[in-house]
Amino acid sequence: METVTNNREQLIPLLQQVQRREGYVSHEAATRIADQLKIAESEVFGVASFYAQFKFYPPGKNAVRVCLGTACHVRGGQVLLSALERDLGIGPGQTTKDRQFDLDRVACLGCCALAPVVTVNDEILGQVNPNKLSAAIRRAGKSKAPARGDERESDPAEDGKE
Amino acid sequence: MNSAELAEFRQSFSGKKAQASKRWDDLNTGSTPVVYVGAGSCGRAAGAMDVIASVEKTTERIKVKARVLQVGCIGPCYLEPLMDIRKPGLPRLSYANVTAKKAAEIVEALLGRGEMLKPVGHFGEQAFDGIERFFDLPMMKPQVRVVLRNCGIIDPEDMDHYLARDGYEGFLKAVAMQPDQLIQEVEASGIRGRGGAGFPTGRKWRTCYEQKAEQKYMICNADEGDPGAFMNRSLLEGDPHAVLEGMMIAAHAIGASRGYIYCRSEYPLAIKRLNQAIADARSLGLFRCFPNFEFEVKIKEGAGAFVCGEETALIASIEGKRGSPRPRPPYPAVEGLYGKPTVINNVETLGTLPNILRNGASWYAGHGAEKSKGTKTFSLVGKVKRTGLIEVPLGTTLRKVIFDIGGGPINDAKPFKAVQTGGPSGGCLPEAYLDKPIDYENLAAAGSIMGSGGLIVMDQETCVVDIAAYFLDFTQKESCGKCTPCRVGTRVMVDILERIKKGDADEDDLDKLERLGETMSKGSLCALGKSAPNPVKTTIRYFRDEYLEHIRDRRCRSGVCKEFITFTINAQCTGCAVCLRACPSNAITGLKKEQHVIDTAKCIKCGVCRSVCQFDAVEVKSP
Ligand SMILES: Cc1cc2nc3c(=O)[nH]c(=O)nc-3n(C[C@H](O)[C@H](O)[C@H](O)COP(=O)(O)O)c2cc1C
Ligand code: SF4
Ligand code: SF4
Ligand code: FES
Ligand code: FES
Repeated sequence: METVTNNREQLIPLLQQVQRREGYVSHEAATRIADQLKIAESEVFGVASFYAQFKFYPPGKNAVRVCLGTACHVRGGQVLLSALERDLGIGPGQTTKDRQFDLDRVACLGCCALAPVVTVNDEILGQVNPNKLSAAIRRAGKSKAPARGDERESDPAEDGKE
Repeated sequence: MNSAELAEFRQSFSGKKAQASKRWDDLNTGSTPVVYVGAGSCGRAAGAMDVIASVEKTTERIKVKARVLQVGCIGPCYLEPLMDIRKPGLPRLSYANVTAKKAAEIVEALLGRGEMLKPVGHFGEQAFDGIERFFDLPMMKPQVRVVLRNCGIIDPEDMDHYLARDGYEGFLKAVAMQPDQLIQEVEASGIRGRGGAGFPTGRKWRTCYEQKAEQKYMICNADEGDPGAFMNRSLLEGDPHAVLEGMMIAAHAIGASRGYIYCRSEYPLAIKRLNQAIADARSLGLFRCFPNFEFEVKIKEGAGAFVCGEETALIASIEGKRGSPRPRPPYPAVEGLYGKPTVINNVETLGTLPNILRNGASWYAGHGAEKSKGTKTFSLVGKVKRTGLIEVPLGTTLRKVIFDIGGGPINDAKPFKAVQTGGPSGGCLPEAYLDKPIDYENLAAAGSIMGSGGLIVMDQETCVVDIAAYFLDFTQKESCGKCTPCRVGTRVMVDILERIKKGDADEDDLDKLERLGETMSKGSLCALGKSAPNPVKTTIRYFRDEYLEHIRDRRCRSGVCKEFITFTINAQCTGCAVCLRACPSNAITGLKKEQHVIDTAKCIKCGVCRSVCQFDAVEVKSP
């Protein structure tokens, strides 16, 4: 009995391993997990589809995530999303044609005091404005994102207003 | 384990502690300078890792030996990155908003030339050179740090620091008590669960303790799903052993030999530090140090579902199932993980326990209000000057928190409008409630809840209808869909709110919202659905006139709801063209150095121009 329950307990950790390693849960990976745990494949997908962490399509090269948690919403997260939509030419949940960028929204990264917050891959950017964000995007990929605003490397907010 | 082995453990623990204390004293008073950088996820987001690299490069260049420590976050996040330096002969000095360049200057001045650039505060006891004590800064002074006592002070990855500051003393006291006596102590402290509902912790434990079962479980709820709250993350990153120690105390009380920490996967640093803490505690022998105590603990990562913070959904998720709640009773304390008696406590509840054990129940009950004992952490964010993580005695007023600690609204020209407590399950409280003491009962009476401690401050530029729509959109997406009142109710509410925001609603819709709210509160299976209407109910209750303005006058006084606003550029425009280049819809035209113009037909009202303009030249207007 113990081993059976423990087996099942491995399902989400195994899915997480695959998600982390491959960036998504492929059909083959799901079959593999089902075999390993001796459960039906539909069970694997049934659980995986419940959780937002699991994706079922291969991701783009760079992941851009805009926080729309409450603190970020109140401090203009939506504005950043608009700016990104135009920079990347895609909406949230989509991948650019050249597969360079994924755009996603998240609900809170726990850095609310620095709102609004955006992550580019593993880097968390706090107190972002559209200009700072553009620079980060350009750094991340040799992206086609056009230079935004002033060409100076420094953030205009730093030598301008608050 | 027999009594000889027990005596041996006690002795080896004392030895270890003595060693730890020596290392700790050496750090604090030794001849090597120490640089402390607040490098929690928040500090890193603000640039802490660049600061560390710069400090290391600088000390190497000027050939000075110094130790660089990564500490957790100490609270005033708006000052991040924060860097402290202790140089022998001086108190620990604190520098705020440090960049890589500034860090190099500070280090070179102090450790190279012996010249002190002006810090924001110092950690000494006495007055020092006209510099304020760090803990006397306006944001810090009204606080009482119990659960946060080590955050920002110790290196969370160095167990010796925790031991030197009396770590695991609470546990050693607890484990020497009979479970019944231990539960009495926790009951006497008056502590209530910090995860949201405020259920008395001692009473929950007693129910579980009284169950007869060969296996029981102790679970730490570190799912922290409330968007805009990060108290638990900061505690886990800044003092992971405190939470683990709390779990071990609880495990002894209820008789659990197995523990789980369910932590959201968005917190990788917290997970890493918990793993380290568990490994260190294990190798010190703490998990099997007494004849009547044996413990093992595992970390489970959440997979991005808010509802999994609810205790029965959390259990389902650990078991590898879809995270849907189930009806209670039976409560987990009776029938929990794998059907066995299980206690689930929040991170902060657990982190507080070692302090209660060390200092005694009556000491703890001496803090706080009549029915809400002790201290509580809050994440103070939104439109407030001094954002951060704070800890105050319950019973403190909202005004003290928002104005004295937080410094009031971010922009003096845009006064305070409301504060949201309790996240998506909570309510939006107006000015009139600012002088109410924060406790479980007052917040409930106001239509909100204490929740886990998110405090989101809103000013005149926050639209309450938009906020209500925001929260309902959140709960609608996060509803697990198992029960109809929640699944359908949240969707209908979002529809109505969106119509109000667009000007397609009438006054009956407000009644509809209120009626629907009642149905959801009564009929939903779990607290997600039951409390989802709270943001709507409270905004209608306190800001009805704003709803009516949207409906009758097609006006959004806060300048948020797109249907009712226009963007224009005023004469403050210098013609810098920053907005022109930033506009996603090419709606802005203008010659260099001349006032720019927005083509309202092309404008999609995204607000990007306003956020990038350095001269406050972009205005938003509603009729
Ligand atoms: C939708 C929903 C989400 C919740 N999220 C959390 C959470 O993130 N952390 C938490 O400790 N409790 C959360 N809770 C409350 C838990 O169900 C439970 O009451 C709590 O963990 C008990 O711990 P405490 O007694 O120490 O407060 C949530 C409840 C609901 C209904
Ligand atoms: S109230 Fe909502 S989240 Fe809770 S069980 Fe029902 S549908 Fe699921
Ligand atoms: S609000 Fe957006 S679309 Fe309108 S002018 Fe400004 S940047 Fe352009
Ligand atoms: S709300 Fe954006 S980081 Fe928390
Ligand atoms: S200093 Fe890190 S949460 Fe604030």
